[in-house]
Amino acid sequence: MQRDDTLSLRSSEDIVLIRQAVRTAAVDLRLSLVDQTKIVTAASELARNTLDYGGGGTVRIQALQDGSRRGLRLTFEDKGPGIPDVERALKDGYTTGSGLGLGLGGARRLSSEFAIESRPGEGTKVTIARWTS
Amino acid sequence: MDRIPILKMGDYLLVTVQVDMHDRLAMTLQEDLADRIVEARARAVLIDISALEVVDSFIGRMLGSIAAIARVLDAETVVVGMRPAVAITLVELGLALPGVRTALNVEKGMEILRRSLDASGGNGAGAESLAQPSDADAER
Repeated sequence: MQRDDTLSLRSSEDIVLIRQAVRTAAVDLRLSLVDQTKIVTAASELARNTLDYGGGGTVRIQALQDGSRRGLRLTFEDKGPGIPDVERALKDGYTTGSGLGLGLGGARRLSSEFAIESRPGEGTKVTIARWTS
Repeated sequence: MDRIPILKMGDYLLVTVQVDMHDRLAMTLQEDLADRIVEARARAVLIDISALEVVDSFIGRMLGSIAAIARVLDAETVVVGMRPAVAITLVELGLALPGVRTALNVEKGMEILRRSLDASGGNGAGAESLAQPSDADAER
């Protein structure tokens, strides 16, 4: 049975729970220690974005299998105000909040796959994946 | 509310982060450390993060803030024990912790602080001052 869990994201304590859940999933998939650390860190950045800018939401944690490759996919969804200019939001240092603006760009660098969909007024969905090499 | 303990040892404050910090706990640590530096007249802060499996941009920024706040309060900070996977991830994330001094372990961190306090005429924990007597007098 492949893992497919959805966790809710409402407070900064939930970010800790999400980091732990992603770590457990990454360990079960036998990702390397560096890959585990990267995806857990990316999850932490995206979870904080969902909370701070999206007003909270959900994260789906899915184990993937593609031939002999194993992977972990994370989907962050919120029904917040959306991002008007996604290209700009991906640039390092761009922030409308109090952070460093590394969240989206940093999470993209830490992932093997990265996709973002955002509609102003409707919300944002960010999907990342990390595969075993 | 839970807190991260801050130990005093001579002129040093020691912090060992043992738990995965949620954001509020990290902010509390920053405030507690600022208070303790003044209250204990600490000259140096050593933060051991060897138990941390993840340092994201929030925690990285907090470490930078602690170092900056300590500097303004005339104390030096060294962060020790970062795991190799954490270092790789932090750099890829785009955060190289500018302004934060690091050392491999507590022992090396203490050595850096001792040397730096000696050079500035302060007294480290159990360290012999290498400063010239005239320099030490000038400090007082």
